[in-house]
Amino acid sequence: MPLILPLLLAVVLFCIGVYGVLARRNVITMLMSFELMLNAVNLNLVAFDAWRVDEATGQTLAIFVITLAAAEIGLGLAIVLLLFRGHGHVDADAARDLVERP
Amino acid sequence: MTTVLFSVAGAVAVAAAVLVVVSRRIVHAALWLVVALGAVAGCFGALHAEFVALVQILVYVGAIVVLVLFALMLTKAPTNPLPELTTGRSPFAAVVAAVLALILGAGVVLAFGNEKIEPVTGGSATAIGTQVFKNWVLPFEVLSVLLLAALIGAIALSQRKKED
Repeated sequence: MPLILPLLLAVVLFCIGVYGVLARRNVITMLMSFELMLNAVNLNLVAFDAWRVDEATGQTLAIFVITLAAAEIGLGLAIVLLLFRGHGHVDADAARDLVERP
Repeated sequence: MTTVLFSVAGAVAVAAAVLVVVSRRIVHAALWLVVALGAVAGCFGALHAEFVALVQILVYVGAIVVLVLFALMLTKAPTNPLPELTTGRSPFAAVVAAVLALILGAGVVLAFGNEKIEPVTGGSATAIGTQVFKNWVLPFEVLSVLLLAALIGAIALSQRKKED
């Protein structure tokens, strides 16, 4: 298998995630796009691990990244629920409490 | 053979990922996320990373997507199509993503255009377990502390204040 195939797939997935984070308004859909980006990173790690035939270092790092993603989504959704409880919406554009007024 | 498998899984992953970010229904987006993450797990399998593929299915599809669905339920996400789910900035976001894809893709092609992956089998739980407990013990422990901290943080955040 050419190495370029998984790498290009990772690039495409990452950029779809970037688009989702920038274009979506609902915070939960933004978190879903984060997951897509983290998956692209994992794909890179696993692909390079298969390319450099060493003792599963890249796959170990991929497991670590999956664990980090679990921690991130847990905290992120707790913050989203807090936002919903305080404002009654989960709209990232409308959450302007910290905006700097001139 | 693995190339064909990888290509099919990758195509499914890209299609589902696009649907995740453009779908007008939030719950549908979350369910397309299941398909995308499962297809990425298939890609891991085609790269002979079986353990990572299984962990991906267990943690992502089994836990993270369920958590996302719970959050959608708790925030009373509507199930009907929402045209305003995507902001008016989406054309700019598309341009940014396309330019980033071009730059990253060009870099990857220039750097690794001719490399090949030899089919090996090194993704068993034994290999990863050996690696974790031989070379990555400290990161592993730090990660467990981090998970505990995230758990405590999530509980502390989601606790209602007594005076409310």
